Amino acid sequence: MKTILFIEDESVLQKTFGEVLKQEGYEMISALDGKSGLRLAKNKRPDLILLDLILPEMHGFEVLKGLKEDKETKEIPVIVLTNLERIEDIDRALELGATTYLVKAQYSLEEVVEKIKKALEK
Amino acid sequence: MKLKEILREVNVPVQCRKYGLSLWQCPQFLFLIMGLIIIVSSLIAYAIGTRYIEEPPLVAVWVLLISAVLFTMAVIITNSFERLAEANRMKSEFISIVSHQLRSPLSNLRWTIELLMSGRLGRIEEKQTEYFKILKENSNRMMELIKDLLIVSRIETAKLPTKKIEFSLEDLVEDLIKEFTPLAQASNVKVKFGSQSDLPKIFADYSQIRLVIENFLDNAIHYIKESGLVEIKIEKRNQNLYFEIKDDGVGIPREDQRYIFQKFFRAENILKYQTQGSGLGLYISKAVVERSGGKIGFSSQEGVGSTFWFTLPIK
Repeated sequence: MKTILFIEDESVLQKTFGEVLKQEGYEMISALDGKSGLRLAKNKRPDLILLDLILPEMHGFEVLKGLKEDKETKEIPVIVLTNLERIEDIDRALELGATTYLVKAQYSLEEVVEKIKKALEK
Repeated sequence: MKLKEILREVNVPVQCRKYGLSLWQCPQFLFLIMGLIIIVSSLIAYAIGTRYIEEPPLVAVWVLLISAVLFTMAVIITNSFERLAEANRMKSEFISIVSHQLRSPLSNLRWTIELLMSGRLGRIEEKQTEYFKILKENSNRMMELIKDLLIVSRIETAKLPTKKIEFSLEDLVEDLIKEFTPLAQASNVKVKFGSQSDLPKIFADYSQIRLVIENFLDNAIHYIKESGLVEIKIEKRNQNLYFEIKDDGVGIPREDQRYIFQKFFRAENILKYQTQGSGLGLYISKAVVERSGGKIGFSSQEGVGSTFWFTLPIK
């Protein structure tokens, strides 16, 4: 079973995605802040990481940088899922190595799930 | 670093940009102008004084007195302007913060509604679906409003990201008409489109211009009462493309016409039967068209209809 790490401080979203991803046949691990997200990524080596940007403890960009600098986690695809939609933020995330950048307000739940599935197929 | 800060403090255009105001409304610039007026007035007072008053100490007192009065007035005026400008800046910041903060909980709400409606958590009765649909429609409406507020806040803080490309205005209009067909049919409105052949392309931000035409189409269809006709045309006029959209809707009352491009403004006759709408669409459209180097305008008669138009430069 493929594992997805969801780094997001909104517990409502953790719950919603937890339910949907379980139904789709994935295992989801939750991290509610940036620091524990980075730690979990190193310990559990998920197949995919869903990353919010505005996070307590450590900003999403820092987490992304940490993930991509570490040999053990740099190959894991990262989907950024956030409400920040400034071009600078998008460019920065992609430069740091994010696979996909999704603005929450622009996608439906099912569309996000489709993107996750696609990223895992690769 | 210190010197840099001092230089920034005295850099009037930078200070004015902070408030998002034009130069003539900006307190720092007005203070500068007031200073110049005081110097000139003092010189005039001196010239008059030396001519008509014979004793030098009296001239000095006379010049000092006039300068002091002018200086006090200048301080009072610029202070009140500064307070106004600050209030304006805080209002923009408030819009920005509120719209950002509203977006996250609203995203959560929309996805939760979607999850419930998907049936993934169990079957939903038909009657329940009906009410879930209401929730969904209303959360979408809220999202649209927040989107508009965010654009307004970006326009005011000059942070609206703009990416100009070359594209066909005609194709864009055709796409949008297709998109609006269900709404037009539901509202018994016919949309006609005519354009000259071989129109040149324009050079502007695609998504922003799209937003402008969406606003126009949405307004034209919504403000037709029972059934009616919306006519769109595009022409080449000198070095510009001219876009026009004409409806036979309710029109804009004459006394409301001068406020129509103002933020949050909604005409009296529209509020009577069409309560939805933020009053931001035309404000955004004007800002976008003018920033793209074009002009925007309208003519309207209450009970007869409205014609809105804009021009955009050809590349």
